[in-house]
Amino acid sequence: MPASRLRWLLPLGVLALVVLGWDLVVRLNALPPYILPGPGLVLETLIADRAVLFGSLLVTLRVTLLALACAVIGGVGLALVFASARIVELSLFPIAVILQVTPIIAIAPLMLIYLQPDTAVLVCAFIVAFFPILANTTLGLNSVDPNLRDLFALSGASSWQTLRLLRLPAALPYFLGGLRIAGGLALIGAIVAEIAAGSAGQGSGLAFRIVESGYRLNIPRMFAALLLVSLAGILIYLALSLVSWLALRRWHESEIGRMR
Amino acid sequence: MSPAPLLRFEGVGKTFPNGVTALAGLDMEIRAGEFVSLLGPSGCGKSTALRLIAGLAEPTAGRLAWAPGTDARHSIGFVFQEPTLMPWANVFANVHLPLRLAGQSRRAAEPAIMEALELVGLAAFRDAYPRELSGGMKMRVSIARALVTRPRLLLMDEPFAALDEITRFKLNDDLLALWRRLGCTIVFVTHSVFESVFLSGRVLVFHPRPGSIAAELAIDPGQPRDEAFRTSPEYAALARRASQALASAMREAPEAALAGPGAA
Repeated sequence: MPASRLRWLLPLGVLALVVLGWDLVVRLNALPPYILPGPGLVLETLIADRAVLFGSLLVTLRVTLLALACAVIGGVGLALVFASARIVELSLFPIAVILQVTPIIAIAPLMLIYLQPDTAVLVCAFIVAFFPILANTTLGLNSVDPNLRDLFALSGASSWQTLRLLRLPAALPYFLGGLRIAGGLALIGAIVAEIAAGSAGQGSGLAFRIVESGYRLNIPRMFAALLLVSLAGILIYLALSLVSWLALRRWHESEIGRMR
Repeated sequence: MSPAPLLRFEGVGKTFPNGVTALAGLDMEIRAGEFVSLLGPSGCGKSTALRLIAGLAEPTAGRLAWAPGTDARHSIGFVFQEPTLMPWANVFANVHLPLRLAGQSRRAAEPAIMEALELVGLAAFRDAYPRELSGGMKMRVSIARALVTRPRLLLMDEPFAALDEITRFKLNDDLLALWRRLGCTIVFVTHSVFESVFLSGRVLVFHPRPGSIAAELAIDPGQPRDEAFRTSPEYAALARRASQALASAMREAPEAALAGPGAA
């Protein structure tokens, strides 16, 4: 069997075994659904409650993508400012680090006091997604081959030309690496903030459904919502990987290695 | 009777902010249309001299006097030790770069780009990406990029040092053919005695710390540079003279004598 097909079949096989084992544990121990529902029941719940759950999935996805878009604009924008003025980088970077290292779950309750719940969730997701994009793009903009920089200077390139034709393309792989991390983090940020908002928030995202189902001891729906959260994460990761592949497949080692 | 000087170094010195003196009291002349090599060990300041010519650095003492009427900075091509290609751009776009920075569109620049690629024998690879090329081919692209602006002065900083010997011989032959065809001036930095003797009409031997010229070796420009020359006794004799000049330059340098040639 070719190795490429094996790469898909092996993880899928392991996943199928895990689901099968889960089903067996539930059946053999005759566990009631409020302790641990079987995979079949979770799937049934997912289909039965699809209107509510998929609506919530859309809410969560929208917040995540909006936060990610803001993080891209803010992160790349600030990285460009950093790259053009070192003094700004020196003064602002520590603050960005403080935002990054403070756990978002600790910031979320504060945000919920000052902001509308919807906005607070968005801001939390933005804060966690912002840093990897800022840090990676800054690194990329500063990772230009010094000889190429000399060549641009020798050809009389303006700083705008140097930015557009040299520094931005050089930073692209770094930025895309940061984007992939930020995509996952934005989802985590959105979920964490929604959970912190809890019943106080009038939000209706997936995390809210999980909390709500927990209060009602509707464990199958909890699992169904959890499944959708994972799916949303996988979807975001795949989409960003595709973007990365499309942008880098012709020239960057990271994507060329994949095809061999 | 030597041709008119294109550029003269007059007591040029270069001390870096960290206190290292790369060049001191350097007097030399680059003549229009010649192929001159700067020969010396690594770290003897010959690359610094090249960067001064290119305007990538400014001397801290002395001055560079250009021949009157030379629009110096705009007719210089530079070939680095590495190919220094943009990995995200194909061969065509890489060679286009100097013209693009000067404001020439792709279409307007196409004839010049294709001509430069023909000169280095890579016209068929215009759409290839650098990673798809061998080391020698990448260096050819780099040379094409330096030639695309039709420079009067081509500066080459140990361009073939990282290549295998077979590829280096081939590129040496091709470079000489290019030089004869284009009639530009070439300043070629190398640490290879054999390369400098094979290629140039004049070899300037540098001594290190601080860098300046220890000896000058003139080679008959009428001498054909071909396979026969590469194995001839004349070539061997010239190479021996250059080696001896280099060895005595190394002995003269006080610090190099302490550190030994291996550390230079």
